[in-house]
Amino acid sequence: MPSLTRRMRTWIPRSPEQRGWALLAPGGVWLLAFFLVPLLIMLAYSLMPRGIYGGVVPGLTFEHYARFFDPVYLTVVQRTFMWSLGCTLFCLLLGYPVAYAIAHAGSRWRNRLLLLVILPLWTSFLVRTFALIFLMRDTGLINTWLMKAGIIDEPLVILYTPVAVMAGLVYGFLPFMILPIYASLERLDRSLLEAAEMLGASPRARFIRVTLPLSLPGIMAGCVLVFIPALGSFLTPDLLGGAKQLMIGNLVQNQFTAARNWPFGAAASFIVMALVLAAVLVYLGTRDRREVALR
Amino acid sequence: MTAPAAGPPVVELIHISKRFGHVVAVDDLSLEIQSREFFSLLGPSGCGKTTTLRLLAGFETPDNGEIRLLGEPANQKRPYQRGVGMVFQNYALFPHLTVARNVSFGLEQQKIPRPVADDRVRRALQLVRLDPKLFADRLPGQLSGGQRQRVALARALVLQPAILLLDEPLGAIDLQLRKEMQLELKALNQHLGTTFVYVTHDQEEALTMSDRIAVMNHGKVAQLGTPVEIYENPRTTFVARFIGESNLLEGSAHRRQGNNWSVVLPDHGQEIQVPHHSSIHAGALVRVVVRPEWMQLLPPGELAPGLNTVTGSVRETLYAGPAVHVVVELPGSKSVSVAVHREGQLAKPIRWERGDPTLIAWHPQDSRVVTED
Repeated sequence: MPSLTRRMRTWIPRSPEQRGWALLAPGGVWLLAFFLVPLLIMLAYSLMPRGIYGGVVPGLTFEHYARFFDPVYLTVVQRTFMWSLGCTLFCLLLGYPVAYAIAHAGSRWRNRLLLLVILPLWTSFLVRTFALIFLMRDTGLINTWLMKAGIIDEPLVILYTPVAVMAGLVYGFLPFMILPIYASLERLDRSLLEAAEMLGASPRARFIRVTLPLSLPGIMAGCVLVFIPALGSFLTPDLLGGAKQLMIGNLVQNQFTAARNWPFGAAASFIVMALVLAAVLVYLGTRDRREVALR
Repeated sequence: MTAPAAGPPVVELIHISKRFGHVVAVDDLSLEIQSREFFSLLGPSGCGKTTTLRLLAGFETPDNGEIRLLGEPANQKRPYQRGVGMVFQNYALFPHLTVARNVSFGLEQQKIPRPVADDRVRRALQLVRLDPKLFADRLPGQLSGGQRQRVALARALVLQPAILLLDEPLGAIDLQLRKEMQLELKALNQHLGTTFVYVTHDQEEALTMSDRIAVMNHGKVAQLGTPVEIYENPRTTFVARFIGESNLLEGSAHRRQGNNWSVVLPDHGQEIQVPHHSSIHAGALVRVVVRPEWMQLLPPGELAPGLNTVTGSVRETLYAGPAVHVVVELPGSKSVSVAVHREGQLAKPIRWERGDPTLIAWHPQDSRVVTED
């Protein structure tokens, strides 16, 4: 009687091609069932007329997409876009020096500093956002300290302003900017900087002409990793911006819950996706050109 | 080989030391390199040759001692103030810049006007035999190893340094191309009149190209001299072993006859003659180095007046193209290698077979007395 292992071996496909498909199958089925199918359901919802009790009724309509071009919603789109862009920019300005410092720290310190960067990710984003509320509210730490120090007499209104939302977004996404930039700086061949120094480049010229261009892949990856999730964020604007500072994420959430308008929520989701896709295509375009350059 | 021009040395290292933590990389090193010289720092990895080069470049500062370049103290000078250029081990070309931009990098830092810079870049590329039309707009990633090497060379030479530092520049290039590049580097050195300081662990490369070689070991110069001096007259067992192949025989000094000492080899009591050396006195342990190609093999019993002879038996013959290396076992399990020429061709098959008794003979003057490191 053949042993179990021998019988199992007959299940393994012979040709490399078959084996490739066999490796793809489990994950592929998963994605098909829990990603592609829901996506198609959403697409169908976004194209069907709204039912009276929140569902959909049979039919085909583009009214939900058309509704989006209402100035009210366009403002939300514009705000989402600008804030995501701003958040990305702030993360870059704050993150690059941090990544640079870590990459140039001694090997003893490097891993500890990296640990500090990812430490916040060990707790729930929700909990951390609530912590920000305690920090920023009228009777929060910031206002208490400023008043005790005599710098201000009245508490500053921070919470439920765009400043609070931006602070929350930057705080949440900063590690995703730091890590890829760190990776590209750490990989940078130090002899390139020595070569530049030997050729007469000042520290400033070495940074601008060697370090910066060669860390561009990290910068781009960081920007994508920050910009795309920022476009879809809803927790931060909801908790720190109050009801006044809607982003698309909040709009979608509202349509699916409070407003019970699933078709419009679905349409809004697809518009977010279109924005994300556009951002990814821009990124891929620049990356391809760069890879030709770095090959 | 051209004699180095007389005059003040362009590079002076005066009692230089450099430590990294507890590791002494360079240990009280003193060197002088003459103008236009092709000077090699040769040694195994960790011998301090690369650190010495980096001290010259200004990437490291010495803990002790003084560096003088072109007659001026250079300890405090930044790399680009030293009048030196450098070719890095892995080329260190800027991967995001074209060949032309790589070469013009240094010129741009000096704010040389564009038309002048372009012209100098073109001439530098022609100097290293890269067609500017073909290569100027390529990126380093699109070049072969040899072409990258040429670009790195052009990038350093375009600034017309008085001294060019080369850190194992041919290490990553395949053998055929390496031979070609060796000749070209040597030709550039003579044509430009630039002083080359060349770091390598490849003894053959150093012998082929250099005017003088400093063989380094443990942060010190083990021997300094022309390739001929280093190869034919190694001073220590380390130098003899590191440069070329060598047979080391050890025995005790017996008595002096005129300018020669007779040395008795242990185990088999055979006696050989070696020239006098300051380290020899009666009863002293004497280390003798004889190169394989300085020895010949004779049939046993043949008379060889005036030559040193030692009997042994053939253990192996190794065919190596131009020569056949016959490994001969001496009584007492020590073995020596003898390079036999003009044998092993089709017309003249190798005479020696495993187990054959044989007589190794060489001229007493070809016995090099060396000291322990």
